[in-house]
Amino acid sequence: MAEERRQKQCSVSLPTESMKAMAESVGVGQLQEESCAALSEEVSYRIKEIAQDALKFMRHGKRRKLTTNDIDNALKLKNVEPLYGFQSQEFIPFRFASGGGRELYFYEEKEVDLSDIINTPLPRVPLDVSLKAHWLSIEGVQPSIPENPPPAPKEQQKVESTEPLKVVKPGQEEEGTIQGKSQGATPADGKGKDKGLIRLKPRSTHELSVEQQLYYKEITEACVGSCEAKRAEALQSIATDPGLYQMLPRFSTFISEGVRVNVVQNNLALLIYLMRMVKALMDNPTLYLEKYLHELIPAVVTCIVSKQLCLRPDVDNHWALRDFAARLMAQSCKTFSTTTNNIQSRITKTFTKSWLDDKTQWTTRYGCIAGLAELGPDVIKTLILPRLTVEGARIKAVMEGPVVSNIDKIGADHVQSLLLKHCASVIAKIRPQPDNMEQYRTDYGYLGPMLCSHVMKARTQAALQAQQVNRTTLTITQPRPTLTVSQSGLSGSAGSRTPSIIKVPSSLTLMTPRPGTPSQPSPPATKYIVMATSAGASSTQQVITLSSSQSASPVTSTVPSATSTLQPLVKLESGSGPGLTSSRPMQKYIVVSLPSSASSSLETKSSVLPTSISTTPLEAAMKLDRSESPGASTQSPH
Amino acid sequence: MAAVQGGLADTNEEKDIKTEPSSDGFGNNNANDGRVLSTSPGSSASDQQTLLAVLQFLRKNKLTESVEILRREAGLPEDSPELKGSDSSGAGSGGAAGSGDKEGGDASSLLSRTSSVTAAGEDQPDVNVVLSAYNQQGDPPLYQVYYSGLKKFIESVLDCHRAELSQLFYPLFVHMYLELVYNNHESEAKAFFEKFSGDQECYYEDDLRVLSSLSKREHMRGNETLMDFRTSKFVLRISRDSYQLLKRHLQERQNNQIWNIIQEHLYIDIFDGMPRSKGQIDAMSGSLAGEGKREANKAKVYYGLLKEPEIELPLDDEDEEAENEEGKPKKKKPKKDSMGSKSKKQDPNAPSQTRIPLPELKDSDKLDKIMYMKEATKRIRLGPDNLPSICFYSFLNAYQGLTAVDFTDDSSLIAGGFADSTVRVWSVTPKKLRKVKSAADLNLIDKESDDVLERIMDEKTASESKILYGHSGPVYGISFSPDRNYLLSSSEDGTVRLWSLQTFTCLVGYKGHNYPVWDTHFSPHGYYFVSGGHDRVARLWATDHYQPLRMFSGHLADVTCTRFHPNSNYVATGSSDRTIRLWDVLNGNCVRIFTGHKGPIHALAFSPNGKFLASGATDGRVLLWDIGHGLMIGELKGHTDTIYSLRFSRDGEILASGSMDNTVRLWDAMKAFDDLETDDFTAATGHVHLQDNSQELLLGTYMSKSTPVIHLHFTRRNLLLATGAYNP
Repeated sequence: MAEERRQKQCSVSLPTESMKAMAESVGVGQLQEESCAALSEEVSYRIKEIAQDALKFMRHGKRRKLTTNDIDNALKLKNVEPLYGFQSQEFIPFRFASGGGRELYFYEEKEVDLSDIINTPLPRVPLDVSLKAHWLSIEGVQPSIPENPPPAPKEQQKVESTEPLKVVKPGQEEEGTIQGKSQGATPADGKGKDKGLIRLKPRSTHELSVEQQLYYKEITEACVGSCEAKRAEALQSIATDPGLYQMLPRFSTFISEGVRVNVVQNNLALLIYLMRMVKALMDNPTLYLEKYLHELIPAVVTCIVSKQLCLRPDVDNHWALRDFAARLMAQSCKTFSTTTNNIQSRITKTFTKSWLDDKTQWTTRYGCIAGLAELGPDVIKTLILPRLTVEGARIKAVMEGPVVSNIDKIGADHVQSLLLKHCASVIAKIRPQPDNMEQYRTDYGYLGPMLCSHVMKARTQAALQAQQVNRTTLTITQPRPTLTVSQSGLSGSAGSRTPSIIKVPSSLTLMTPRPGTPSQPSPPATKYIVMATSAGASSTQQVITLSSSQSASPVTSTVPSATSTLQPLVKLESGSGPGLTSSRPMQKYIVVSLPSSASSSLETKSSVLPTSISTTPLEAAMKLDRSESPGASTQSPH
Repeated sequence: MAAVQGGLADTNEEKDIKTEPSSDGFGNNNANDGRVLSTSPGSSASDQQTLLAVLQFLRKNKLTESVEILRREAGLPEDSPELKGSDSSGAGSGGAAGSGDKEGGDASSLLSRTSSVTAAGEDQPDVNVVLSAYNQQGDPPLYQVYYSGLKKFIESVLDCHRAELSQLFYPLFVHMYLELVYNNHESEAKAFFEKFSGDQECYYEDDLRVLSSLSKREHMRGNETLMDFRTSKFVLRISRDSYQLLKRHLQERQNNQIWNIIQEHLYIDIFDGMPRSKGQIDAMSGSLAGEGKREANKAKVYYGLLKEPEIELPLDDEDEEAENEEGKPKKKKPKKDSMGSKSKKQDPNAPSQTRIPLPELKDSDKLDKIMYMKEATKRIRLGPDNLPSICFYSFLNAYQGLTAVDFTDDSSLIAGGFADSTVRVWSVTPKKLRKVKSAADLNLIDKESDDVLERIMDEKTASESKILYGHSGPVYGISFSPDRNYLLSSSEDGTVRLWSLQTFTCLVGYKGHNYPVWDTHFSPHGYYFVSGGHDRVARLWATDHYQPLRMFSGHLADVTCTRFHPNSNYVATGSSDRTIRLWDVLNGNCVRIFTGHKGPIHALAFSPNGKFLASGATDGRVLLWDIGHGLMIGELKGHTDTIYSLRFSRDGEILASGSMDNTVRLWDAMKAFDDLETDDFTAATGHVHLQDNSQELLLGTYMSKSTPVIHLHFTRRNLLLATGAYNP
């Protein structure tokens, strides 16, 4: 490669045409080819010489960019008059022109009317040079202040979390920890030599400074507090501040615990706030969220598919939360799904499975469809469209059959409009015109006619947009990227919709362990088995069970069997890795399962997402665990 | 040693002196004889030769009066046959000078090649002579055959010799290419370049780029790089076995072309013993003219520190009275201790106190010394477990114009040089900067009053910063005097200016460098300062002389940075020829040549004990050198861009480096120096084994947001200050 470059260096010289053009510009007409060649070689040589000298001035000017001043100085060095009039800090735009079979690059010099210059108001005086001091390091530690770059850039966070990890054999532990320690001491090194020693991930202590603790407190309070303005500010801070890396585990726990508790309490407002926090975290460009997906994704999925999210399902707009969370889910699938963690396919499987179940409630059904639909037109095409007939029949049964309950009816109604909204745009694209009502009915069953009208609407809209696009193409003479109708589905999630029907709770019940059975017997039950990940001494492992509508009694030990309810299980299950002694910290598997009603108990948990959310969180979870006492993780969930 | 060299080459070397711009060079040469400092007694033979050469030059330029004066001063006979200046006799005298050169080491470097920088297009009468050595005709198409023949041979020899002999490739390549170009075989030259340039070591890339643009005989005139190749012999170190091998091969093959080049243009420094490994060679090579000769680093260097001047007790008492707010016993004790320990063990490596005349300590200096010692007792002991805090001073709104920064030793003032020719001084303490009152106002002051020093200041002018106007080009170097009364600045306009920090006006403009002055540095004892610039010469000045006292010439390219040794007896210069030289202030001799950097050197730092030198270059590496033994002792890799600043902590435990890559890195200097293996063999041969332990020595990396670090400074209490211009 180097050779190639050098050969180029050797041969580069100005074309003879340039010589001719320059000669003409100073009034020399017929320049002979030979003289041109001679001139071009000489000129190229001199230019290179000057460029080399100019580089020296750049280096001594402590810059990375060569400026015209450097070239002037280099010319001065050679006793050549500098080129005046090129005093530009930025690049000089050369314009291109061609004609008569010749091509020219030139520097455009506009004629400027002197009176214009005189009459324009003076520009602002540039600020004077000033000095500002800050701490780059305090006794070897770089403080996280705005003047310093974020403590761990995203790449480093990624490297840390994906660094290959080797199992330390018992007996070598001591050595390993020392090695790990020394690595922690020299943060710069990522790929030092192995030297035969077994490497261990540096044990990361997430100690927060007092300022960070204060910040955390303020932010979390504002996020779930009553003042909307404060909340907006806090969310803005989460979405933009570069130094949150250290607090990320806290935030993620806050969110997952918060969702856990508030789903039980059916506190829709808080759930919405928490989802907005997730959104803000995802928007922050400096955070590497992969490590915490095992906590965040279950929380989000819960908000999508939970059977009940609010106290009054007939009035409150929990649908908006489901939509919003579904969009979040789609976004995280897009950003984090890889071939190793397979988030998208696993999430899709989860949604499909519970949707296919006959006994799934309308709310969950809605969530599943929304979650699938947000994943994009392809998913709609392959998974939703084939099911339209079945779903239509189901809706028909509710809408036209005997009145079962108002809640069911509302649910069916929402599912219907959701299906129409998402499917119409996709069908409009894949189905050839014309749209025949009857044809639709045979293809899609009950929903057919409505779909047909929606599709027609979508088509006309698309045509309208296309027209607009066409018109604009004409005026700005630059073709814009095509607008697809299906975009509307995916591009959403900008800003969250906070339903105004919900009153904001004044008291905050987050994070408080809620032992025993909640006191609300009426709503359909959901069961959560949660093992909190706190320190061993104060382990707050607990089972929170809500009585299901059928059994109507608190169940504390096992998952209720065979109900028609959907049970999102957020479970942190611990288990030791093979060959690990109990003194080693345990790995923790996080299982999010949505068991179908037919299957009864614990086995179902592993049926949907058998292993864990992803390999990455697994590692991360292990890492987190290290700092905890092993006692917490060895306990069984029941 | 087998010095395989002919007289002709040295002729040209001598001739090269004549390219010095005549009048200026003449003045400097006279100044060089050192009215202030006594000249060294040694190496008189070579001095004689040098003088003859100078005389010849003067005569040629019809400066008869100067000839007379010089002859009278030097006590030379009226006419020596050698001086009848035609070209042929010139060759003879040059040859003699050349032999003198060999004997006296670098003695003649005092004057040799002061400058070959001439404006492009200006005709040099001597250039043809310089180049004529290339006149020998070989068959151009055969060059490739010769070269590839040698290549094949070197590739086929035993592994242990291959690395050593591979050193030959680059110089041979360059000289063969130049010969082709000189003899107008343009296409052959191009083909030759294309075929073999890829084989050369990557660190020669910059030079190859220059070479590649050189394709015509006319270009060779006035090309500095070419002159360097031509006038200085490329130095190679090869073991005797390898050399014999090469010699036998060339003689067998009758490969006279290559043999001639080796004879005439290369200096092969032969040593007995094991051939060096590739790693060892790579560590030392990379400079423009090969490695330093071993003899060049043999001279004794007095790297020890000077004895701290005893501050007499009566004066001490006065001082204490002057600032009686301090508790007397408290203050006296620590100072006594430190004084005692220092004066007891006189360093055997230290130069004698009067080796060069140093200025007398003034009362204010003594006060400052006392302050220094008081601060020193509060100094934090640094180490791997006790890293310094770093305070970063960002220059805002500098619009990429900040080119140089310096702190005063007590960290009370910052000065910045800017591309818009200004020099700005800030006070970083609450004490504001004030000018002295005008002469008329000063007359009104009661000179007997106690606070006269306070009264002479004009309160109205108090401000946090002052701007000094005077230069007419970017200010590239800046340095405070140790007593904080003066500031030096060097600029693109070719001058070094001395500013008063009492009146904030320019006192002197030192003219001598006719080209940009890249760096300047005050001696730690004040009075002297050194400057170096594009004219390849470093000059030693005294503040009260408008002409330089010494000219340190020998670098083959721009002198990019200059630094005084803590004992003021030596000056280190770094250059774009990728070498570092250490010069003796007393006699102007070059006493050390350090090669090993692969790019222009932009930062130098002496360790506080004076034993070691650290250097940083555009290649992003820091190299550590043992001055006493003349050895490379460490390599610190980690930076990804040019290193602009290096500084040792006050006790020398930590080395801080600041770079264009926006980071400050801290290195464990103690460990680097302790690990040093100082067996006699290494010291004798200069062959170093460097372990790659940069990662172990790296103690910390601190990234700024978008601010290249261009200056570092340890306060007297070991707080690290860093500066740079924020670059949004």
